[in-house]
Amino acid sequence: MEATISWLTTLIPQLPVPTARLIVYVVYSAILAFAAPVVLVVAYTYMERKVLARLQDRIGPNRAGPLGILQGLADAVKMLTKEDITPAKADRIVFNLAPMLAVVAAVLVFAVLPVAPGVIGTDLKVGILYVVAIGGLGELAALMAGWSSNNKFALIGAFRTVAQLVSYEIPIVLAIITVVLASGSMQLGAIVAAQDVPFLFTLPVAFLIFFVASIAEIGRCPFDLLEAESEIVAGFHTEYSGMKFAMFFIGEYMHLFSAAGIATALFLGGWRGPGAGEASILGVLLGFVYFLAKTTLLVFVMMWVRGTLFRIRIDHLLDFGWKFLVPVALFLLVAVAFVLKVPVLNSPTFRWLGMLAANGVVILVSLALVVLAARHSRSAALRGVAGVDG
Amino acid sequence: MLSEFAFVGVLIVFASLLPIAGLGFAWLVRPKKPNPIKKSTYECGLETIGGTWVQFRAQYYIFALMFVVFDVEAVFLLPWAVAYDQLPAYALIEAVIFIAILALALVYAWRKDALRWS
Repeated sequence: MEATISWLTTLIPQLPVPTARLIVYVVYSAILAFAAPVVLVVAYTYMERKVLARLQDRIGPNRAGPLGILQGLADAVKMLTKEDITPAKADRIVFNLAPMLAVVAAVLVFAVLPVAPGVIGTDLKVGILYVVAIGGLGELAALMAGWSSNNKFALIGAFRTVAQLVSYEIPIVLAIITVVLASGSMQLGAIVAAQDVPFLFTLPVAFLIFFVASIAEIGRCPFDLLEAESEIVAGFHTEYSGMKFAMFFIGEYMHLFSAAGIATALFLGGWRGPGAGEASILGVLLGFVYFLAKTTLLVFVMMWVRGTLFRIRIDHLLDFGWKFLVPVALFLLVAVAFVLKVPVLNSPTFRWLGMLAANGVVILVSLALVVLAARHSRSAALRGVAGVDG
Repeated sequence: MLSEFAFVGVLIVFASLLPIAGLGFAWLVRPKKPNPIKKSTYECGLETIGGTWVQFRAQYYIFALMFVVFDVEAVFLLPWAVAYDQLPAYALIEAVIFIAILALALVYAWRKDALRWS
């Protein structure tokens, strides 16, 4: 960003710096707010359909254009020409604001996403906290939609959404704190710069917690019971049709991208890779390619998970969040903090190995406890059955 | 410090233009033929009985309370994590005590069955 601003001022010497800054901001905002959503939604919906189809031994879209690549365009035209119905009993203002908020909240996360070397909207000092805060806006959109629809399915969906998002936000934040602890900064740019070894390899448990909780946070299978169609029709967006429904859809896919992008920046080393750097245009482009490849890989894993697992029940969902992810994340945080203060581990390599060892201990202890608890509850259940029989 | 957020301000304007443009364009081209049956509340073909905006079960409220406890904890832990490299070793002990108190809260809620979905 700064490089582009100085390039612009050298190109047109009479241009004052604030104006140049504004021009760069406006252009980059327009790319993030218009081009990125359209391209991402078309590309990822196509990818999701093809991947799911392959996992289910089908062909997937193949009618609109060669190999069906124009399917997204066909959907857009269909959405545009559908009648938009607002239920007579709905709270009109909130009902209309909710889909807009869903999109705005999803776009705002892009502001701190380091997509390429030196290309980041604004490297906020509280960058990762900003991501968490904006994530809360998305929950608000779901609650607004469910409440204002004045429909019982929508309301149940909205409450489930909030209970789920609120529960899985805690493990996400705790995993983020672990990363902040290891990198010493909340700036996403600095976190990427700190990853000479990606945190995926030094903090694998934190990555798993973050990734699983992110899937829950964006409400995808197996945590998609906020729109469990077999129980509550379509959840919070039951009453939405036409373009307003499309807005929730766009918001969901951008959320998917931003969640994968944040995970890439926090754990996979962001844009880093051989040859990527701020020095040349080629290095910047290469960095962007690395970022997109890593993010798309994570998105692919999320689609794979969706094609493989079934939807879980709400009590299991909350149990998994509060009784497994939160304690493990707290335990991991303490273990990593302990390793970072051990005086023997003063070289970077030793610190990385120490963190890896801490992760290993945490996951082994947690799994051992889970196995013990499962055995205990199973034998208690068996005793219960025997008691009834006797 | 605040100028960091200038970009976010510009982005908010553009981000709100996207749904406005989309919905506006759809408003121009879409059919508009509402009737009372179309506008009734969806409920699998039946007419909906009773109001929707009712008091809801308290279970959700307990989870919200737990969330507030842990979210505030996270807000306190973040600055500690950022400054951790410069802090002496007792920062670790302090944080462990702090986390232990909160873990105790989690154990308490767990034992009280507040985390059970019934």
